Amino acid sequence: MRPDPLPPTSGATYAADFSAALLDPGRETPPLVSGPASKAAAKRYAVYRNNVTVSLIDALAAVYPAVQRITGVEFFRAMARFHIRETPPASPLLIEYGRDFPAFIARYEYAEGMPWLADTARIERAWLDAYHAADATALAASDLASVPAERLGGLVLAPHPATRIVRSRFAAATIFAANRAAAPVGSIDAGEAEDALITRPELDVVVRRLAPGEAVFLSALCAGRPLGEAAGAALEAHPDFDIAAGLATLIESGACAPAKPGETP
Amino acid sequence: MSAKTAIASIVLAGALSSALATLASAGPLTEGEKAAAKAAHKEKCFGVALKGQNDCAAGPGTTCQGTSTVDFQSNSWKFVQHGTCASIELPNGKHGSLTAM
Repeated sequence: MRPDPLPPTSGATYAADFSAALLDPGRETPPLVSGPASKAAAKRYAVYRNNVTVSLIDALAAVYPAVQRITGVEFFRAMARFHIRETPPASPLLIEYGRDFPAFIARYEYAEGMPWLADTARIERAWLDAYHAADATALAASDLASVPAERLGGLVLAPHPATRIVRSRFAAATIFAANRAAAPVGSIDAGEAEDALITRPELDVVVRRLAPGEAVFLSALCAGRPLGEAAGAALEAHPDFDIAAGLATLIESGACAPAKPGETP
Repeated sequence: MSAKTAIASIVLAGALSSALATLASAGPLTEGEKAAAKAAHKEKCFGVALKGQNDCAAGPGTTCQGTSTVDFQSNSWKFVQHGTCASIELPNGKHGSLTAM
């Protein structure tokens, strides 16, 4: 057995020393990395370093395909690389990576000409979170139909684990949908504000555009506020909010879950 | 926690029956159709997150030693418009742009 080239270190110290230069090509290969017969291993380390960066860029491209289609591959990979250098993974779970990417896009100087891009990314992130959320039974039409009319105002629901709402000053939901579809992207007016609802009542993630007031209505309702209050809050925010249409969206989308037994007033 | 305005149950009941009527006229599935529709989508792959992302970035069948997926830095990307951003229009008539405005 050859002697170790360096005194033994603790696992944590070794990992810290090994990884410090991983995301920064300007730094030297850590001295603890060596080849056979204690030769330097700069090239081997460079391969490892490159694979780390490329795999993280590829992970971001897999989570944010619409963003990549909008910007083109070269721009996307450059933007992703800047983000990775700034924000290395904090979890060993790759699906958790890239949660801060939309916020990075919002302040990325070369993306200033695309102010709707960060919200589009938020919808893509919400899509993935909905996909991986716990399975849960969504509220069904029959659950609502069975509530006595005089108790509807006090009806309380529960959040559904997959449901997300992304509110945008831009047409982020339309931009998302067009760039996730296989068809060519036609002309889009980005100026119209849109609220996107992301749900997964069964196994498929569904993204919808919400009518005015519905985002307020569903947010309040799924947060556990009584139906009468949630509808009132939506009407205060948007006088043209349509309660019947809001209830239809609630039932069709499966955005909320029925309250657990014993919690229904 | 209470809103300034709460909508009365009787109003909600009217809205609900209208909503249920809308949904019913949208062509309800029979129980058999529902089961078939669900079965067609039952292929969720638990535990397979971002398929392929946990593989070696150098690609399958390699050992990761001596091979590498090269992704060089270059500055040309700032001026490239290969994406769909040019078809997305802002209210002031400006199109999406990849360079700082």
